[in-house]
Amino acid sequence: MSTTTLRSAIVAAGLRKSYGKKVVLDGINLDIPEGTIFALLGPNGAGKTTAVQVLSTYISADAGEVRVAGHDVAREPDAVRAAIGVTGQFSAVDKLLSGEENLLLMADLHHLPRREGRARVAELLKQFELEEAGPKMATTYSGGMRRRLDLAMTLVGDPQIIFLDEPTTGLDPRSRRTMWQIIRDLAARGVTIFLTTQYLEEADQLADRIAVLDQGRLVAEGTADELKRQIPGGHIRLQFADPAGLSTAARILDLVSRDDDALTLNVRTDGGVEPLRAVLERLRIESIEVETLTVHTPDLDDVFFALTGHPVAEKESAS
Amino acid sequence: MSTYALTDATTMLRRDFHHLRRYPLMTISGIGTPTIMLLLFTFVFGGAMGSSLGSGASYVNYLVPGILLMTIGSGCAATAIGANMDMTEGVVARFRIMAISRASVLTGRAVGSVIRTLLSVVLVIGVALLIGFRPTAGPLQWLAAFGFIVLLSLAMTWLALAMGMAAKSVAGANSSTLLLQFGPFISSGFVPPDTMPAGVRWFAEYQPFTSMIETLRGLLLGTPLGTSPIVATAWCVVIALGGYLWARTAYNRDPIR
Repeated sequence: MSTTTLRSAIVAAGLRKSYGKKVVLDGINLDIPEGTIFALLGPNGAGKTTAVQVLSTYISADAGEVRVAGHDVAREPDAVRAAIGVTGQFSAVDKLLSGEENLLLMADLHHLPRREGRARVAELLKQFELEEAGPKMATTYSGGMRRRLDLAMTLVGDPQIIFLDEPTTGLDPRSRRTMWQIIRDLAARGVTIFLTTQYLEEADQLADRIAVLDQGRLVAEGTADELKRQIPGGHIRLQFADPAGLSTAARILDLVSRDDDALTLNVRTDGGVEPLRAVLERLRIESIEVETLTVHTPDLDDVFFALTGHPVAEKESAS
Repeated sequence: MSTYALTDATTMLRRDFHHLRRYPLMTISGIGTPTIMLLLFTFVFGGAMGSSLGSGASYVNYLVPGILLMTIGSGCAATAIGANMDMTEGVVARFRIMAISRASVLTGRAVGSVIRTLLSVVLVIGVALLIGFRPTAGPLQWLAAFGFIVLLSLAMTWLALAMGMAAKSVAGANSSTLLLQFGPFISSGFVPPDTMPAGVRWFAEYQPFTSMIETLRGLLLGTPLGTSPIVATAWCVVIALGGYLWARTAYNRDPIR
């Protein structure tokens, strides 16, 4: 869907940021190729928003080098700003203006000629299904509509790189799907997307590469598959018809765990087909009857837990 | 990006006008306080207070310059609240990470606030004329008075913008401007300072509002001007400059502390 080139859209080296004694970003290194979707995954308080704020020139870093769209964020912030767009988890729309006026404001601030600006606004209202809501005040918008307007405002200037800070947090499932499709469409047009999320499924669904941020450090980086492979295999769960079958099978198979009450065994595999075939073959030779068989591949929840020692849903102090 | 500074400031001004048109309440409440004070002091307290002026003097004439200052001060509350809301709400965060001239965001707001304040002043003068305010000024004096009011509004607006941005909440922004709204009470605005006890009188004579009120009074009603215009103009320039620098610092500061 997206083409990977050798040019980097975002590069960070040794990025640090602290507030007082609290270290929020503790030496972040990133290299994100142009035209890809990158997801920064982490729980609340991991430092995701701070990372976006530094990369988008909103706040300055304490240490480290950051280049976005080929420009240093500290030395040439305006050159960076001209190339990026940011949509945060808290909407940055002017609530005292209508949706259309918000978009026209952006068109004016991007110095589009009047006619071109109006055309662009009309196009965005249509694309984001806001045509009807356009003349209404932004205060009357639902959460999903406001988020769409927010993103539409970001797109007025046709940015090459878009930062999306938790773009679907607080949205209902339908709005979330709509947002995902919008993100995919943008990536298909060659826009580089830097996205933060606490949802593993979101990163898995959208991102070319994922980095896991925990307490200000990147604890892992790779494709969704690469990350899943860092977990030592998945497992097969076998459920037996009777305790005799269970105990016979338990003697001959490589177990992860055994549950005598539920009559189930969890058997280690590496997720491949061959080990699965071997397990079934041994059960057939011993004539053990199996009621059900389910294959469990590790998901990103397992990965996050394995990497950080705590589940992703754990709430920490917000940054 | 400074080539676009003027364009951007105009865009910001247009944004301010949209707000003004859609939420006129802020402007109306801005003229509410001074109008009520004008009516209250003219018709309720005026009889008693006017006697301190000596026989034959019209109290409404004496009162209006102070009320005009109060009108400008009331406009400052709306300005400070608007500036504070801008800082705490997301849209200014968006402006900060766009390649637009930073000064234009402030300048647009300042110009918008000055225009709104001037509108309130015109309305209050209208009410004053209706209830018997009889200025003696000729065209030149009116022009000078208008020019002075513009300068005064500009100075107070920059101060209010800075106060609004520095305040931690909307309520804080509002209360920080109370001094500007009610400062004219302890000045020559409502009664001559020589009727006050020594300490208060000293304060009333030398605080900036008195020189500003005396300037307006001199221009509109032909009372002796003395050094008031020079002192008042100096105060305006100092307040405008200080407010501008403070506002700029507040805006450029890292938004998260």
